[in-house]
Amino acid sequence: MKYILLIYSAEDVWPPDELEAAREESVRVCHELNDQRQYLGAAPLYPAATATCVTVRDGIRSISDGPYAETKEHIAGYFLIDVANLDEAIAVAARIPGTTRGITEIRPIVELPGLP
Amino acid sequence: MSSGEVEEIYRNDSRRVFATLVRLLGDFDLAEEAMHEAFAAAVDQWPRQGTPAKPVSWLVSTGRFKAVDMMRRRVRFNELQPEMARRLAEIETANQNLAQQDIEDDRLRLIFTCCHPAIDPRVQVPLTLREVCGLTTDEIARAFLTTPPTMAQRIVRGKAKIRDARIPYVIPAMADLPERLDPVLSVIYLVFNEGYSASSGSSLTRVDLSDEAIRLAWLLVDLLPDPEVMGLLALMLLHESRREARLDASGDIILLEEQDRGLWNQGLIAEGKRLVEQSLRSRRFGVYTIQAAISAVHAEAKLASETDWAQIVALYDVLLRADSSPVVELNRAVAIAMRDDIASGLSIIEAILQRGDLRDYYLAHSARGEFLLRIGDKKQAKRAFEHALSLAKQEPEQRFLRKKLESIECN
Repeated sequence: MKYILLIYSAEDVWPPDELEAAREESVRVCHELNDQRQYLGAAPLYPAATATCVTVRDGIRSISDGPYAETKEHIAGYFLIDVANLDEAIAVAARIPGTTRGITEIRPIVELPGLP
Repeated sequence: MSSGEVEEIYRNDSRRVFATLVRLLGDFDLAEEAMHEAFAAAVDQWPRQGTPAKPVSWLVSTGRFKAVDMMRRRVRFNELQPEMARRLAEIETANQNLAQQDIEDDRLRLIFTCCHPAIDPRVQVPLTLREVCGLTTDEIARAFLTTPPTMAQRIVRGKAKIRDARIPYVIPAMADLPERLDPVLSVIYLVFNEGYSASSGSSLTRVDLSDEAIRLAWLLVDLLPDPEVMGLLALMLLHESRREARLDASGDIILLEEQDRGLWNQGLIAEGKRLVEQSLRSRRFGVYTIQAAISAVHAEAKLASETDWAQIVALYDVLLRADSSPVVELNRAVAIAMRDDIASGLSIIEAILQRGDLRDYYLAHSARGEFLLRIGDKKQAKRAFEHALSLAKQEPEQRFLRKKLESIECN
């Protein structure tokens, strides 16, 4: 079962010096997941200020600056994992450094047939 | 084997069959359908071929085969569903060795699943009542004072969460148990109370619920002899011991001090006391054990006037440290009134009410009314009981308060 773990946090939760250590720890978690064949992908994201929103309505494309939701917490990164069940996904989420400062939302992934 | 006997097995064991099918099939709706097909097959086959030696195992394996057939038909209709194909493969290779112990444990697995912290707490109890205890949506809606469609929606939401997010059917690992046990214990206690409170509905169903809660707690004690599990079981057994004495012939409430103690079930009391003592010895007990200990002190008094109120106050002090809720404070105030004098208890109750914590809790006003009556302030007592009556939601409670008010007016 595939899950995406979306890490939400305020953008100032990691002071620059701690951020580096947290990222190193995240990389370590990814390697451990990979050893267990549970790793599909992961990445931190640039700040929400770099976000761009796009919509197409009646064939007309419109583009706006900033993230979709005007909240204090934004998606700061994600992990894409393949584990047996929700309990295992929760255990992975609890190991991610981001979870100690923000909120990690676990979403099960629908596997569409016929994807590349 | 007559169809009446199949019916009896259905009544007693259908939820066990269901719980095991849920584990094997990983799908509530499919398990429900498969279980019904298995029972239909039993009605058809048992009278001709004789009852199998292990009817529950027979029903589980028949249900499993029926489910595989149903899944195959669905896969054929929709061949591009990899999820469906994967599940079918899983079911076909699932462990076929169905020991009796596995089947018992499956009901616990199902409770832990229904009470998973990833499920909305407001959904956990109805879901457990529906899936583990087999209550109908209508019955559950009545118990929660809501409409059947609202309740059905909540249950569907819970089942979808379990299926789509893949909440596993497992008894949690020892390390996770402390976090996982609390909601399970509170759900079992709620199921018990639903059956114990004389609130509404047919009394038969309610007794079934209390029995079910006690049975589940026994299963849990066997699995994990945790002090709080023992405490909860003891608490329920001690409450249950008074079932016969707590209502009169017309279904009205009889207060503890006025109950005919000869009607108390001594067997349940002895079992309850044994469990309380075992839990207390562990020194790792919590709120259920303390409440059970209080209940055991009441059980020990042959007459209400022989109640050891000093010990009860001491236990409430311990309980208050573990769970500082205003309801516990109220109960402690009542115990103090009984140990010392009415006025001391009354002043504590008035202080709690003044804080506003229990302003809408009918029992606080009712207790205040009772104590005012005992110190001779009829006018204030009447007002307190009237206030309690305006807050009481259930019929037997309202009848009790009306009787009180009538007796004040008569004197």
